[in-house]
Amino acid sequence: MAKIVLDKLTERFAPGDILETGSQHGNEWARVVPAAWFQVAEFLRDDPSLRLNMFVDLTCVDRLPREPRFDVVLHLYSSEKKHRVRLLSGVPDNQAVIDTLVPLWPGANWFEREAFDMYGVRFEGHPDLRRILMYPEFQGYPLRKDYPKEKRQPLLRRLPGSV
Amino acid sequence: MSADVNAQLEARRRVVFGESDVSDFPDGDSDKDLPTEVMPLMMGPSHPAMHGTIRIALEVEGEKIKTADIQIGYLHRCFEKEAEYATWTQIFPYTDRLNYVSPMLNNVGYAIAVEKLLDIDNKIPERAQYIRVIVGEISRITDHLTCLAAGAMELGAFTVFFYLIKTREWLWELLEEVSGARLTHSYVRIGGVVADLPSGWPAKLLDILAKTRTALSDADKLLTRNKIFRDRMDGVGIIARADVEGWGLTGVVARSTGFDYDVRKDHPYLVYDKLDFEVPVGSTGDNFDRYACRLAEIFQSMRILEQALAKMPEGPFIIDDQRVALPKKRDTYNTIESMIAHFKLIMDGLHVPPGEIYSFTEGGNGELGFYIVSNGEGRPWKCRVRPPCFANLAVLTKVLPGLFIADVVPTFGMINMIGGECDR
Repeated sequence: MAKIVLDKLTERFAPGDILETGSQHGNEWARVVPAAWFQVAEFLRDDPSLRLNMFVDLTCVDRLPREPRFDVVLHLYSSEKKHRVRLLSGVPDNQAVIDTLVPLWPGANWFEREAFDMYGVRFEGHPDLRRILMYPEFQGYPLRKDYPKEKRQPLLRRLPGSV
Repeated sequence: MSADVNAQLEARRRVVFGESDVSDFPDGDSDKDLPTEVMPLMMGPSHPAMHGTIRIALEVEGEKIKTADIQIGYLHRCFEKEAEYATWTQIFPYTDRLNYVSPMLNNVGYAIAVEKLLDIDNKIPERAQYIRVIVGEISRITDHLTCLAAGAMELGAFTVFFYLIKTREWLWELLEEVSGARLTHSYVRIGGVVADLPSGWPAKLLDILAKTRTALSDADKLLTRNKIFRDRMDGVGIIARADVEGWGLTGVVARSTGFDYDVRKDHPYLVYDKLDFEVPVGSTGDNFDRYACRLAEIFQSMRILEQALAKMPEGPFIIDDQRVALPKKRDTYNTIESMIAHFKLIMDGLHVPPGEIYSFTEGGNGELGFYIVSNGEGRPWKCRVRPPCFANLAVLTKVLPGLFIADVVPTFGMINMIGGECDR
């Protein structure tokens, strides 16, 4: 149903930007390079024949040991055309940065904060990139595959110099 | 600097001692306003209206809110991390604890997602689908009842709270009879449900629905035309229709603005396309619209329940596929194949082919999405929940500034933030 979205994307963007498209279990998805992340999302939102104007979900997947290690995953919905698309973009471990989508959808704010909190992927240009579910003193990123499930951390760390 | 301060203090002294009028005061916003300074105010996490799981760091100027920083995470229990180490069936108890006032809806949403990954979503027995609709709609009623009851209590309407919570308890007793647990049911399984409805249960449900109607009519009489209630709901906490898409709002919060989107209608799953119901939609997006939509939705859910009970066919309640569902106990004890299947399912868990799925259902608060990544093992590689009230709550950072402190209570109450779902 949403095949038109993928066709439009491959038609509008260079093959270097759209790496792969596909469809599985009724979900259409496209994989883009991080550099084209913002432009593709903006195109999907504004193109009159696609109108994927509704922000649904944004998260990350840690695909260790694959390189690039993290996938940033965005789900969009068109409230007018009733179709959906999933957008993925791989970012490497040593350069886990991608453009923020807050200028396009203000609701992306908390979702990007959560992705940063859980996976340590930074969103360039985010207005307020703080931890959201964990506390500020927490060290590490709990949903990374190399973060042990049983690891314990003190709730608050002693400040240096305090007794 | 200090000269300014001294001048202000002197001016204030003159006002206090009646030597000059307030309007002479130099820094007032308008003639009659006393000057105020911005003050931080922490609301929660132990504030009774914050449900114990949220803190709003307000900056107030007098009674007026200038900025609101909503801080969540107090109820974070690592749902995703735990799910990555659990077999596909062991995740059901965790989903119970997402939205813990409508656990059945989470059970159903998760089961549908995994069934799509397994490509068995069109092989689920019809009776199982009807049972899922029935227990799901009961859960939706308890979800809305909790929101209305708590919201009314926070505004002082304690009687309504008792009426509605008592009703919720009757409904939970019905679900307890079905599943064995009052709150954390874990009743749904991949491929169907764990057991058939007890005999005589449908009659009991119809009886309870009649009592629910009475309780709702009482609550309606106490609230809907009550001036004290209306004063705090009408025109307060307005969410604009234009904000719905950008903030990803769904459920009652989105529908109260006039955005007609309900997953059950727009993308029907289970047997919702065979049932006749309406989706109540508001117009202004204020607190009262959210209250009215919830009340109307309960009546629609009761309509669905009555139709589903009448249409439900006889038949199996779980798929007959030993790779997915446990064989009958009788077979497990008597045939070697079933015993092996039982052993494999319990020890290894079922195996889901590699793939990714975003599956969405209408939860108590809106679009409850499950984004699941499987790499073909007995455990999910990632099991992400798209919590509807996470997005619905985020919009309050825009809505609250400009309101008064007292408006936070009804506005927050009518969002129906459920800590377990928001923080996971």
